[in-house]
Order: sequence, then structure tokens, then C-alpha cells
Amino acid sequence: MTDTSGPLLAADGTPLKKRLAQAMFRSRARAFGLAFPLIAFIIVVFILPIIFLLWQGIYDARYSRLMPTSTAAMADWDAVSPPTEEMAAAMVADLVKARENKTIGQVATRVNRELSGTRSLFTKSARSAKKMEAPYMEALIKKDKDWADIEVWKAIKIASVKYNPGYVASALDLKYNADGSFERQDEDRRIHLMLFWRTIEISFLVTVFCLILGYPVAFLLSTLPTKTSNLLLILVLLPFWTSLLVRTTAWIAMLQAQGVMNDLFVVFGLATDEDRFSLIYNKTGTLIAMTHILLPFMILPLYSVMKTIPPSYTRAAKSMGATNWTAFWRVYFPQSVPGIGAGALLCFILAIGYYITPALVGGQDGQMISNIIDFHMRKSLNWNLAAALGLVLLVFVLFLFWIYDRVVGIDNMKLG
Amino acid sequence: MADSVSNDAFVEFERVQKSYDGETLVVKDLNLTLPKGEFLTMLGPSGSGKTTCLMMLAGFETATHGEIRLDGRPINNIPPHKRGIGMVFQNYALFPHMTIGENLSFPLEVRKMGKSDREAKIKRALDMVEMEAFVNRRPAQLSGGQQQRVALARALVFEPELVLMDEPLGALDKQLREKMQFEITHLAHSLGITTVYVTHDQTEALTMSDRVAVFNDGVIQQLAPPDELYEAPQNSFVAQFIGENNTLEGTVKEIKDGIALVQLDDGELIDCKPINVSKPGERTRVSIRPERVEFNKERLQEGAHTLKAEVLEFIYMGDIFRTRLRVAGNDEFIVKTRNAPDQVRLEPGTQIEIGWLPEDCRALDA
Amino acid sequence: MKLSKVLMATTALAFSAGAALASESITVVSWGGAYTKSQVEAYHKPWMAKTGNQVVSEDYNGGLAEIKAQVEAGTVTWDLVDVELSDAIRGCDEGLLEEIDHSILPAAPDGTPASEDFIEGALSDCAVANIVWSTVFAYDSSKTPGVDSIDDLFDLEAFPGKRGLRKNPKSLLEMALMADGVPASDVYATLETDEGVDRAFAKLDTIKDSVVWWEAGAQPPQLLADGEVVMTTAYNGRIFNAAAGEGKPFEVVWDGQIMDFDLWVMPKGAPNKEAALDFLAYSTDTQRLADQASWISYGPARKSSGPLVGLYNDGKTEMGPHMPTAEANLANALVNNFEFWADNQDELNERFNAWLAK
Repeated sequence: MTDTSGPLLAADGTPLKKRLAQAMFRSRARAFGLAFPLIAFIIVVFILPIIFLLWQGIYDARYSRLMPTSTAAMADWDAVSPPTEEMAAAMVADLVKARENKTIGQVATRVNRELSGTRSLFTKSARSAKKMEAPYMEALIKKDKDWADIEVWKAIKIASVKYNPGYVASALDLKYNADGSFERQDEDRRIHLMLFWRTIEISFLVTVFCLILGYPVAFLLSTLPTKTSNLLLILVLLPFWTSLLVRTTAWIAMLQAQGVMNDLFVVFGLATDEDRFSLIYNKTGTLIAMTHILLPFMILPLYSVMKTIPPSYTRAAKSMGATNWTAFWRVYFPQSVPGIGAGALLCFILAIGYYITPALVGGQDGQMISNIIDFHMRKSLNWNLAAALGLVLLVFVLFLFWIYDRVVGIDNMKLG
Repeated sequence: MADSVSNDAFVEFERVQKSYDGETLVVKDLNLTLPKGEFLTMLGPSGSGKTTCLMMLAGFETATHGEIRLDGRPINNIPPHKRGIGMVFQNYALFPHMTIGENLSFPLEVRKMGKSDREAKIKRALDMVEMEAFVNRRPAQLSGGQQQRVALARALVFEPELVLMDEPLGALDKQLREKMQFEITHLAHSLGITTVYVTHDQTEALTMSDRVAVFNDGVIQQLAPPDELYEAPQNSFVAQFIGENNTLEGTVKEIKDGIALVQLDDGELIDCKPINVSKPGERTRVSIRPERVEFNKERLQEGAHTLKAEVLEFIYMGDIFRTRLRVAGNDEFIVKTRNAPDQVRLEPGTQIEIGWLPEDCRALDA
Repeated sequence: MKLSKVLMATTALAFSAGAALASESITVVSWGGAYTKSQVEAYHKPWMAKTGNQVVSEDYNGGLAEIKAQVEAGTVTWDLVDVELSDAIRGCDEGLLEEIDHSILPAAPDGTPASEDFIEGALSDCAVANIVWSTVFAYDSSKTPGVDSIDDLFDLEAFPGKRGLRKNPKSLLEMALMADGVPASDVYATLETDEGVDRAFAKLDTIKDSVVWWEAGAQPPQLLADGEVVMTTAYNGRIFNAAAGEGKPFEVVWDGQIMDFDLWVMPKGAPNKEAALDFLAYSTDTQRLADQASWISYGPARKSSGPLVGLYNDGKTEMGPHMPTAEANLANALVNNFEFWADNQDELNERFNAWLAK
């Protein structure tokens, strides 16, 4: 102990910290080695595809890749002054090449997304582009007078931007202009913000219904003897044994106008045969079916938390003079909050991404944002917009996590 | 100790029965009376019915039959929160989401007590258990012993006249347990509270209680002060359960002048005090405390029956010596002797003779 | 969704691997239900008997999404897909489809070359049409008698009750305009203008609250049968099969029908190209197209097949009057303008979705 200021040394004279790090490294490496197959699997089949897909929400090089000359010629155009001859010449040159490479269809489809009608303009013009001579602007206009419209050139300019904020803007009901500014989408085309809001509203309501229905069940399960509660738990999990599609279709049979529920209502005089309740193909149907489907995701975390609350707490409260309600509300309930947090977060996040159920029973006012994403993935093939919508949704969910962490604390959540 | 106890019945169990499944009785025909201020321990192995009795008294279980009275009032149909009984639980049951202060405040709040009154009482209760410095901590930040003190303070803070404790010291280590045993009895007596204490630890029962009720099989086997329980067990269960005990089996030959002559199974004869044997020919189990066995012939009474014994093992335990003998075919016969300067240390293999005073040898039921 | 696709792909692979020992196996994808059955009976079975090859039949719900996913991932398992015209054009544009050499198509029995025998618009760079079908609307004559014009679809006063409509602006906007009094010949010119689109949506607004939306072709007859709707737009063949095949009292209203092609296309990089092209040529010859018409009331895409169309497979129903192309059905008919839809579908879909969600 001659030099107390220096670092502590191990027996062989190396600094203790270093020795410790070496010793820890082996166990860490082993732990990593054990988890590696799973990590690799998740990265390859989950993280990378998601990143790749979301990337498309902000990156679209289709036009700039297929029409490089035109893209370069448009780069400095201010989108206000009339299109130049240089732009027209580059356009004609690229059109000739695109027709030869049979990529004109892709180019046309891309530009058409910005301005309807430009698809046929491009395919038609490409057919005769080879014969065109300078001055090219006049030649293009001669082929089709739409080339004189500055809006066409603005659409091309937007399509030529590689890192394109247009899709995310569109996901937020904004329009990205050729001069780089944003404005609100035309009123009759605004849809996404409304759907985001409805998605949140439906998810919130479903979560609340799940909590109201699930809490007493979880409480009952946690107080019963293990043998009985295991049996009941199997019943809770029973819906997982049938496919989501079957369960949803079963709800159609139950809730439709000529379905079981409405027949019962008519029998009991709650509705007349002509004027049956609309329980399905609307928001009501989405709420009912989704609550049913997500209920186990609420019950299980609640149950696992409640199971760990010893009955002696409520007994202690009662022995101190608390009524049943006070004992529940002041002692039992606060301790079940981690379960509520986990269950609610789980339900809410699952609900936000749900699309099969609303697609089947949602009708028109029970559709959620995921149905629009599905539409752009499968029907319109606008994967860029789908990715942008997904990106917005992801950011929103992460934001929710952040709020949750700030308010309740993530470490206060218990998933069982 | 027993003098300080008045004779008015404060807690009464009258012919109480309890069954969970309708087929077997967990508590059979229980009669028990506690005067005010008494510290009574219910002692017994697990499943003997002692905890069930406590829960019936607290109101968390209902009696299947019979009546329980508190201060003369039947309480069978009164819900637990109206009984005004303080309770300390095995795992303390301190509310983890509240601070110590809030935990203590809880019983006062539900009684709609004003803030200043509450604070005064909380302070007094925490002072009592020397935990006043921890008022703003959470239970998870305290050690087991500290939690135990807080649980005690919480059970006492609303000044109940009756406090129930369900194995409150079970989770503490030995030293702390002994310290807490003393503190609890001290507190209970100084506050004059009636206490019903449940444990399966006989040392705890003996050191803390005014009276001990030994439970087995749903029945109170003996209800007596600790010394009586130890020195004069009324049946072989109590004799076995309380303290260390040597048993020898045999048959009663005759009973005369308050002395029973018992022939052991290997033919030897000994003198015993008949406790629950009444006539010759009965099978009996003879019980002798290890510290009452004598092998120094000079100290034995004239004409006392002696038995041959072989020393099997000698164990040095510091304050005492513990010698294991083979007596009348029993290899587990223990003798305890004080570590005194003149005390003999018996070598294994030595043949000796042992004996005892007839009143230390109790002929009990077989 | 993903998993089922993987399973489908694996099953298809397993099938092809198993069958490759004896012969080739191709995967042919179509719309399911009565329509796929007509193709199995008229195309698949005779082709398998003739060549000894296998046809694995799969169902889908239209659209290019699966094709795009397969082509972009480089794991194409489908050999031939039955698509709508607008998808055929668009898929070709986007480079998702193989170009098809029309010279492989057999000539008509009288020697007319295929390029002249197919009706106009039936052949394109990447696609060969097999049938002419039409979007019509139908009703249950036992519940709502007296329906005879496209106006009635939008007339809630005269014919109260729910309407089934396909959840797609295509054909729907045209029908709305025709019901609003626009003659068939002016429909697309009207839709080219913003006012025309507004007019179509305004017409749809009048029945929006009474609509049950459908997506799969098998749904409309079911909706009618369940009494969920009193009228519904539908593919004419589905209604015909429910009526002639299952004896349902459904009637087709030909007024305002919108004709369209269904075409074979081949995803780029199809695994069994040779065999699939052989199947394509075989299935679109004169006799096969005529045969198919005896299973479902869709018109053959070859002129030479017309005279060969006979009775429905029940042996008594004359197929002629049930074809979209029958003279009597053409009084107020519209041919789907694929150019218009290729140019405008993004915008109109967007607007339709926004309208729907409001």
C-alpha cells in the first residue's frame, strides 16, 4: 500500500479492472453465443425486412434511376419559370431509352401517381420519341398538348426526387409541391388523419372494454384454487385454438341482420323484424369482435400480476377497519396496476395494427389505418405510401411507449 | 405473570366447529376463554387447526357451528372490518405501494380520524417500535426485522383491545427472533392488550405466553401456563411436542399410593407417576425429561428402581453435555447434564445404571 | 398472411417436386368458386388428360400484390394467373409479367389466325383473354319484383333495402353516372372531368348509408341468399350459376352492364414456362372457350367459339341469352375503358377511399 492513488492491481500485477473485464468477457461471449442464432434470425427475417420496407416510405429512386438525364436536367428547375428546352431534350432522350429498355411503363406509372393522366401521356409520347427532332419542346407539345402544361413538369419534378418526403406528407394528408413546400391535401382526398384518429379511438375503446370485462375474470381466476383456475384459464385461452378468421366469421353469423343476436332481439321484442339492429359492418361490429379477440391479452397479464398479490393484503386492510370496497380500491387495485398497464398497452398496440377483423366486419366506418395500409400493399401497389403510413404508425406507437414510460414507467409493467 | 390477568372472559369460543369440505372437521368442539390482558399462544403442528381458529376470530373464516364472543358480544356475523381487531400477518402484509407512514395512517383514515390526530398516533406507534426514522421509506427498503416492527406498530396504532398474530416471526433469523419475542411480550403487557399468538415454534410459545393452548387434530390437547405444560404434560402428544423427551413403552403392573409400577417391554420394572392410566394391565408410554435422568447412584433415592444402560455417544455442547444411551431397547434415550467441574464425561461403550425420581417419570397414554 | 403464403408456396413446391418425377406440374391461379370450377372442367381436366401434366389450382382475390411480391422476392411459384384487364396492362407496364408471343395461339378451325379470331382488345403484350364477363346488378325476384333498369339500383324509395356494391370505384362510378342519366357512350368523357367525378360520387351519396360492401366474387350471391341485401352488383356468371345451378330466384339486370375481359398472364420468372404456355394456348383454343361457356355464363373471347356455345351443363338451359355479348343484353352496355382506369385509378381510388371512410 505504498501508492494508494494508483489503480488496484490483481495478484499478477495487471490492473484489477482489466482482469475483471477479461474474466467477464468469457461469460458475456458465451451468453452472446447462446443468443446468437435467435438474434441472427430476428435480424434477418424481421428487422431487416422492416427497415427495408419502411425505407421505401422516404426513398423512391424509380424515376431517377430509369430517367437519369431528365432527372439531372430538372434538378435546378425552380418549378415556377416555364420548362426549358434542355429539360425537353433530356426528356425525349430518356423516353427513347425507356422505350427500348421496356421500362416506360414503370416510369409512366410513377409519374401518374403524382398527376392522373400522365401515364398515357408518357406511353404515347415514348412511342414516337425516336422520330422527334429539335426543338424538342415543340415536338413534345405537337405530339400531345399536355406537355405545355406546367403541372405535368411539376409532377415529373416531384417524381424525380430520390429522398422523397411526398409519401410521408401524403400519410399526414399533406401535399408535397414541386418547389419543396407542403400544403394540405384537397378536402375530398383527406383520409389518413381521420383514419389515424379513428384507429386510436377504436383501439382505446377496445382496450377499455377489455379491461372492464377482463379485470373481474382475472380477479376470479387469481382467487380460485389452482386446479379450478387452470381449467378456467384454458377456457380463456380457448379462442387461441381456433383461427382468427373462423372467430371473426363466427361473429358475422352472430351479429348480421339475419343473425342469431338480431333473431333473439326480435323474439324478445327489442327490435322489429323490419328494423333490425346494425351490429356488424360498422364500428359496433369492429368493437365487439376486436374486444372478444383481444380479451385474453388483457386477462393473462392481469392474472399473472394478481396471482402474486397475497390475500393477506386485503385481509390486513379489512382487519384495520377497511370496508370491502376500500380494501379493494386502496390496497388491491394499486397493486394490480402493473398488470393493467401491461394488459392495456398490449391490447392497445395489438388493436392499433389490427386489420383482418375490421376488414371483415368493419363495413365502411369501422375501417382502421391498417386497412388502408393493406389496400396500398395489395390493391394499389403503392408500397411507398404503405411504408410511409407504417412509418407514421410506428413513430406514433413509439411515442406512446415514451409517454407510458414517462407516466407509469416501463419497469413498472409486468407481462407475467 | 398470571396474576395480572383479570378473570372476566374477553374472548370466548363456545363449542366451535369448522369444516371446509363438509366431511372432516378441522376444528372439533373448541371451547376456550381468554381473560382481558392475557397473552395466549396457540401452538401446534401445521394442520392442527390453530390458524383456522385465529382466522375465525379475525372474521376471515366463518364457524360451521358454535359461537365466538368478543367482550360478551357474539361476533359470528360481524364482518372483519367491524371487529376492531389488530392483526399481524406471517409475511407482515405491509402495503408495498405506501410508505411506512401511509401504512400506519391507513387504519386511522378509514376511521375518519383528523390529520393531526393521525400524525400524533403514527409517531407514538413508531416510537414504540423505534422506527420513527423510517416514516417516509417504503416497505421494500426495510429489513425483515424492521418490517416486522412496522407491522406490529400498524396493528397497534388504532389501539385495538385484541391483537392477533399469525406466526409473525417465522421469517426472521434466530437472533432477531429472540429479540423480537421479548419486545412483543413486553409491548403487549405494558399496553395491556389481549393477544392471541399462533406459532408452531414451542420455544417461542414457552418464552412469550401467559398460557399456551397446544393444538392437535382440531382439539386443544392441553391449555396451561408454560411451566406446567413442560413439567406436567397431560398426555403423550404434549409431552412429545413440548421440549425434548424420552419415552419408554410398557404395561401398568399396579397403582398404589400415587405411584404406578410399570413393567417395560423388556421386563424391567420402574416407578412412575400415573397421569392418565387408571388400572393395572393398561398399556402406557412413560415420559422422562432428559435433564431429570440421573446416573450418579449416590444422588438417587433409596430403593429406587434403576435401569441398565449402555453409553452410545457423548456430545459436548458447551453449556451442557448430551449423552445418548441404549435403555430397554431404546437407542435414542438422551441424558442432559450440566457442564460442571465435577461432572463425569461418559465414554461410549461404558455400562451404567440410570434412575430418576418417581414424580419425574410420567405414565401417559399409549 | 405471411405464413399462409409460405405454406402455399411450400405446398406448391412439394406438389411440383413430387410431380416432376412423372411429368410437369404447373400452378394456375384464378378467382375460385364457380368460375374456377368452369376452368377446371373446360381447361384443366382435358389438358391433364392430353399431356399427362398436372395442374395445381389456387384461388386468389385479384390484384397484383401477390405477383409483385413473388417477382420482387425472386421466388415465383405461380405460372399463370387469371387477371382483370386493368391489372394485365398495369402489370405489364411495371415489368411484372412475361410478354407473350401471340404466334403460339392456335388458329380457328376455319383457319382464321388467332390475331383476327380474338375479339378486339383481347390480346395484349403480356396477356391473352379467355372470357368476356360483365359487372351487372342482380336482385331476388321473389322479394323485389319489377326491377329492370340501372336507375332502380339507386332508387331507395321504390325499392327500399340494402344494396350490395363492390368495394372498388371501377364500374361503380360508371354505373352511378348511367343511373344519373349519362348515356353509355358519354360515361368516360364525363368521368374525365372533375365535375363528372363529383356527379358520380354525389349519386353514390344517395345510397351510401344502405350499402353492404363486398370484395370477393362469391359474396354477392351469398348476400342475396341471406337476405342481407335486396340488390347487389355482381359478376354476371356468379348470379347465373346461383340461379341456373342452385335454383335461386335471382335475376340479372343487363341494363347498364359493364363488360370486361379476364386474361391469362404469366408472372415474370414463372417456374414452368414451357408447360404453362402450352396450357395457355390449349385453354384458349376455340373448343375450350366454347366448352367453358357451358359451365358459367361468361362469353368466349374468340369469335369462332360463339356458334359452338350450346346448353348449360344441366342439359336444358340455353346459354346464349345469358352471355354479356348477347344482342338483347347490349342495349345499354358499356365496355370497360382500361386506358382511363390505368391513368386515373390512383386518384379515383384515393378519393373513393376517402369518401368511403367519411
